[in-house]
Amino acid sequence: MDFLEEMPSLGRRDLMNLRKGIDAGFRSFSRSYGEDLENFFDPLLQFLIFFEKLLISTPWPIILLIVAGLTWLGSRSWKIVVGSVLCFMLIGYLDMWEDTMSTVAMISVATLICISIGIPIGVLMSRSDRLQATITPVLDVMQTIPSFVYLIPVVMLLGIGKVPGLLAVCIYALPPIVRLTNLGIRLVDKQVLEAADAFGSSYWQRLKDVQIPLALPNIFAGVNQTIMMALAMVVIASMIGVKGLGIPVLQAISNQYLALGLFNGLAIVALAIIFDRVTQAFGKRLQRHQIGGPSV
Amino acid sequence: MSDSEALIRIEHLYKIFGTRPQKKLSLVKEGIGKQELLEEHQHVLGLSDINLEIPKGSLQVVMGLSGSGKSTLIRHINRLIEPTAGEIWVGAEDVMQMDKVQLREFRRHRTAMVFQRFALLPHRTVLENVSYGLDIQGIAKDEAHKRAERWIDRVGLAGYEQHFPAKLSGGMQQRVGLARALATDADILLMDEAFSALDPLIRTDMQNILLDLQEELHKTIVFITHDLDEALKLGDQIAILRDGGMVQQGTAQQIVMKPADDYIMDFVRDINRARVLRVRGVMEREGLPENPDGAIPEHISLEDALPRLASAGHEAVPVQNKQGQIVGSITVEAVIRAMIRPDHDNRN
Repeated sequence: MDFLEEMPSLGRRDLMNLRKGIDAGFRSFSRSYGEDLENFFDPLLQFLIFFEKLLISTPWPIILLIVAGLTWLGSRSWKIVVGSVLCFMLIGYLDMWEDTMSTVAMISVATLICISIGIPIGVLMSRSDRLQATITPVLDVMQTIPSFVYLIPVVMLLGIGKVPGLLAVCIYALPPIVRLTNLGIRLVDKQVLEAADAFGSSYWQRLKDVQIPLALPNIFAGVNQTIMMALAMVVIASMIGVKGLGIPVLQAISNQYLALGLFNGLAIVALAIIFDRVTQAFGKRLQRHQIGGPSV
Repeated sequence: MSDSEALIRIEHLYKIFGTRPQKKLSLVKEGIGKQELLEEHQHVLGLSDINLEIPKGSLQVVMGLSGSGKSTLIRHINRLIEPTAGEIWVGAEDVMQMDKVQLREFRRHRTAMVFQRFALLPHRTVLENVSYGLDIQGIAKDEAHKRAERWIDRVGLAGYEQHFPAKLSGGMQQRVGLARALATDADILLMDEAFSALDPLIRTDMQNILLDLQEELHKTIVFITHDLDEALKLGDQIAILRDGGMVQQGTAQQIVMKPADDYIMDFVRDINRARVLRVRGVMEREGLPENPDGAIPEHISLEDALPRLASAGHEAVPVQNKQGQIVGSITVEAVIRAMIRPDHDNRN
């Protein structure tokens, strides 16, 4: 009857040894390779620092002009441009300008990394069902494992700072772009692909002239999701030393500063809405051809 | 038409779909039926022992109902589908021996394809679609656009260069498809049910455009259709497929006058014979009339010849070829005899 009442489990001692073994293994791995990894990521760190300083040291009217220009390029909508500029002015007025610039720098770099890694992985994945079956569960884990859990090994390896924070953000934000690139390419009309073959396309021509352009609306939905998820990680990343809007939020949590938390939280929301509206409007413009009409 | 010199030669072509087609090949060669192959061996018979010679500059129609293997056959000519066994020759080139790069070059320069559902690139304008093949060939953009514009004009789409395909009607989209295929200057045009998705009136339009173009360009065209009227109207030669096998090959006249079996007879029962049959196919070639006055051309249909024949009464009317030589004679009685459709009942 014991068997039914108590689930058979590893003994306390064995379990401890198992955990100790894993910890020791990883610790020795991080001791021997931690420095190499840090060196490997150093250019990334330098770039991140450079970009952040650039954003902070640029006079605010210029930044506002750039924001207006980029949102116009992306959305071609005056409403979105005016809304974005007003949001940034309010953020500055409430004295969150520097933190916001740090966060924008972080998000931009993380998004660029995710795009440059995620799209190629998605393309490869779309070519082989076996690869898709291998990568999909990895993506599932990346998206569902609690962020704190993978912060542990990242911090053990690289310590506290910008780069581990950036990695944590990327791990969380990478899956949507991979998934949607894969999906987008797989959804490309088979008949159009056959036409590309019949006219003698090489693999590369087929990818660049047919598959990527036709998958672009989906890929762009992936970029949008990636940015949103990166923003969602801002507070957690600040726990391991990433500057930005997350730090005041953390302070607010531990000290019960309602207004501080609210202001900075809303600044994150404002950023999210701006990024979302602009990328969505851009994604819609990519699909113009489906409605028809002469091109501009 | 430069006579019977075959440009495309297909010999003993077999295609079996399934996991282990090579293993089932011997069964098929021994004559196992499509049904049996499917039920007992879980393989689908695509094509079985197809032999076809297509002369340079001619319009070869391949006709059959869905599942007859006609679309499979046309995709073998540019090897979009790999055969299970058999040979495909284009001129002196063995298509089966080409490696990847050669095959790509072959597809870029020798063949062009028009698809049933158009298969245009939705994100490109009409102009960019028509220059697509040239793009792939590596021709500079300006030159490609210049050539594309000529073909857009030729198929009657001038003014639509900057439109996206989604905005065009089906007929216009297929004109784009046709222009795209013609723009590459390939000498072989593969048309897979190219007009089947179009409304009847538009289809007739497109058929006429194709015939006009062919008069001028003399391409070698392989045209797939399930529509007998279309086959008879377009085809210099017609091949009829059924269940992956070749049932009959011949000119429109031969198929209408002497259907090879009941299957084809069922096809030809309901067509307008007077419109399909040409004077050439019915006329008497012996004992040429001495008086060439009022001769009718040999290539017109019986329908078009009837007014002239009716006024001649029982007398034989002389028939001349395009060069004006008298090549035969025809009477009303011969026309009436030709109109009697070969029925199951009165065949014996």
